[in-house]
Amino acid sequence: MTPHSYLFIVIFLGVALLFPIMPLILAWMWRRVFQPPKPGAEKNATYECGVESLGEAQIQFRSQYYLYAIIFLIFDVEAVFLVPFAVAFTGLPIGAFVAILVFLLLLLEGLVWAWGKGCLNWAR
Amino acid sequence: MSDIDEGLRSELQRQGIWVTSMQELYNWGRKNSIWPLQFGLACCAIEMIATAASRYDIARFGGEVFRPSPRQADLMIVAGTVTKKMAPQIVRLYNQMPDPKYVISMGACAISGGPFKQGYNVLKGIDRYIPVDVYIPGCPPRPEALLHAFMELQRKIDEQKLTGPRKAEHLDPDQPSEFPVPAFGVHDLEPPANADVFRPMKIQRNQ
Repeated sequence: MTPHSYLFIVIFLGVALLFPIMPLILAWMWRRVFQPPKPGAEKNATYECGVESLGEAQIQFRSQYYLYAIIFLIFDVEAVFLVPFAVAFTGLPIGAFVAILVFLLLLLEGLVWAWGKGCLNWAR
Repeated sequence: MSDIDEGLRSELQRQGIWVTSMQELYNWGRKNSIWPLQFGLACCAIEMIATAASRYDIARFGGEVFRPSPRQADLMIVAGTVTKKMAPQIVRLYNQMPDPKYVISMGACAISGGPFKQGYNVLKGIDRYIPVDVYIPGCPPRPEALLHAFMELQRKIDEQKLTGPRKAEHLDPDQPSEFPVPAFGVHDLEPPANADVFRPMKIQRNQ
């Protein structure tokens, strides 16, 4: 007689539950019987390389970073195209070379435009 | 938890039965997986790195897992000169380690200030603020010395009691787990030493 084909999943689920829960129960029992918990202000404080942490971790960034992020993204995408171009460089026809140059020039023009608009100056 | 009669134990072992106690199992597990906190202060740290690397290989003693967070560390190896600027951070890191925790004071500087003892900016030993389990002399101590300290610490852990009046400090609810962090004073750290921890030897002089 063969067992039910889904029985293995049930067994697997049981083991998967027991495996993490058993150490937690053992640790809880160990704490109750042997090792008294010793919490404290310093011990529970945020770990920051031994330095006292200042302020909250969930802070907002200023919106000026948005422009930098956009410009960074342009050149990030450029790098994605440049790497396969560089790998296939020797086998490329002249048309493909001109095409990538136009692509680079367009991006460079965008950078010059952003520079001219004053996007690279830190706005206050 | 009581100690097992050695004769009975060897008799049983001959029959293929291995007897142990909870205390022995607990200490055996702890002493063979001492995870040090990953930080170095000065030249002793280079020796500590050499100890962790392949030639000396602290992994043979179960201590190769240097943890970058005190939450996962069992052992603090104070490797190097402790400046007064650095002392509060070290005490804070010690406080943030979970029990049980141990300290190895590595090298002359961590013990007493070493060659920089006269320096205005050097702490005269980390044992002024936190309890130290093993001291290693040397300037810097060789990796073998650190391994020796590691084995001494393993011996100490092995001898710690789980119950009874002489049980280990981390199991005693009255023993503190964290110590006051010194503050920067005008000329020195405030207080210059924790009187509960720092008990230097008194020199007896005959008049």
